[in-house]
Amino acid sequence: MPGLEDLYREIILDHYRNPRNRGELVSPPATRSEGFNPLCGDEIVVYLDVEDGTVADIKITGQGCSISQSSASMMSAAMKGKSVDEARQIVRAFKAMMSIHEHVLDDVAEGDDASAGEVLAQVKLGDLEALRGVVKFPVRIKCATLAWNTFTQGLDEAAAAAGA
Amino acid sequence: MSPGLDAHKVRKDFPLLDRQINGERIVYLDSAATSQKPRAVLDAMQSYYETCNANVHRSVYTIAGEATEAYETARLKVRKFINANNEREVVFTKNATEGLNLVAHSWGRTNLGQGDVVVLTHMEHHANIVPWHMLAAERGIVLRWVPLTPDGLLDLTDLPQLLDGAKAFAFTAMSNVLGTINPVRLLTDAAHDAGAIAIVDACQYVPHLPTDVRAMGADLLSFSAHKMCGPTGIGVLWGREELLDAMPPFLGGGDMIADVRLDGYTPNVLPVKFEAGTPPIAEAIGLGAACDYLTALGMVNVRAHEMAVTGTAIDRLTETYGDDITIHGPRNVEVRGGALSFAFRDLHPHDISQVLDQHNVCVRAGHHCAKPLMRLLGVGATARASFYVYNDTDDVDALITGLDHADEFFSL
Repeated sequence: MPGLEDLYREIILDHYRNPRNRGELVSPPATRSEGFNPLCGDEIVVYLDVEDGTVADIKITGQGCSISQSSASMMSAAMKGKSVDEARQIVRAFKAMMSIHEHVLDDVAEGDDASAGEVLAQVKLGDLEALRGVVKFPVRIKCATLAWNTFTQGLDEAAAAAGA
Repeated sequence: MSPGLDAHKVRKDFPLLDRQINGERIVYLDSAATSQKPRAVLDAMQSYYETCNANVHRSVYTIAGEATEAYETARLKVRKFINANNEREVVFTKNATEGLNLVAHSWGRTNLGQGDVVVLTHMEHHANIVPWHMLAAERGIVLRWVPLTPDGLLDLTDLPQLLDGAKAFAFTAMSNVLGTINPVRLLTDAAHDAGAIAIVDACQYVPHLPTDVRAMGADLLSFSAHKMCGPTGIGVLWGREELLDAMPPFLGGGDMIADVRLDGYTPNVLPVKFEAGTPPIAEAIGLGAACDYLTALGMVNVRAHEMAVTGTAIDRLTETYGDDITIHGPRNVEVRGGALSFAFRDLHPHDISQVLDQHNVCVRAGHHCAKPLMRLLGVGATARASFYVYNDTDDVDALITGLDHADEFFSL
């Protein structure tokens, strides 16, 4: 049985206790996306300000367990200032890391020529690597990916708004 | 130790509770989600498959007759367990949720139209909310809500006004989150005084207290087998015969018909009118065995035992953690069952249950399919420990050991 330390790495607990980019942005112009984990009641709201193809600002509100909230915090820190293309690449790499089955990896890499393994090799996840241990606790994977799916919704909304 | 029920002895009846993980026993505190199953229930189901597996109500050969006999005997056992008038009032469903959906679909679509009022409470499970929301969206019925007092009881101050002009009052007999046991007879009387029918979600009640549907004064009442030592996949909708008789069928298919023609059909009689298709036969037999098992323990003893264990848990948690623990729902065990939801320091229930899992202590963390109530409590989720016939104060000790560890781990 994997130990608690595999799941709750120190950097995760740090982000849980001191969440980064906590707060709201005025929407519009920022996009506001809500994510729910229907199994456990975790909620994440991601505010995104995309300017000239760059994540100019990002804020997070919501409530949930240490994994969902620290993952959101770490995600926001990783995304701020990145181009939308880079951001989507990081999302793919993170979700590849969170995937435990090959067919899930295929889904993750959908629409992209690079396999999930290549995606992972190309992108440096840095601190986000600390969340790798979550894979050993399959029921918690949804906690870790909630903010990321919500972020992707935000990017899609921003793209739709820009195209409109 | 409570009189009449020895949890250590009871535990030996449950094969799963013999299992060890990492050399330690399992402390199962999630019976409000589903109970464990005694050997007698597993044996009854196994025996059906090994000796008389055949479809029911169809064929003349010997084992088919035995299967039908076993299935209908299970219905008689349920009838006795809840003191129904007769077996025609006992409809087998998939679970309590399906029973409530059956009521909303069949009784609701027959009797409710634009502007008609159904009264619910703030402590309902989603199973007794969403089917009514569906009717509201489909035909414009209006939902009214009985609020709660700060200590988690129904606030009945305005009940007569809420029920005024209502067609139905649908409420839980025991909250799966707060543990609150509602005054069922008082509520069914109030419904009838207002000319409404009383629909009772008894999913958390029937497994834990002596149940007498006639004394409760209900019109329709739904529960699941799997929370009362029985298998998953089967539940019961009980209803007053004349009411069930007047309701149209829910699902159509085999067994529920008396005749089918090219231009229509004639429904069968109760209870099979509501049992379309091959039913969960082994599961019904398992439920019958569960009724026997609980009857042998004695439901009065079950209730007394759970009051003792729950009371000890509330006292010990409060003594140990003081203001660091918040127990949701009433503290008086006279008006509550063994479902004990709590907040512990500022730890998220998911994180609490993750640490408890390291100690093989199984508790539920989440919104318990009661999101409106979660919002009223101002929380996204709670941790819930729930007690049943095989739990005792050793399990409370294990819970506290686990909480100590969670506290220590997250305060580092």
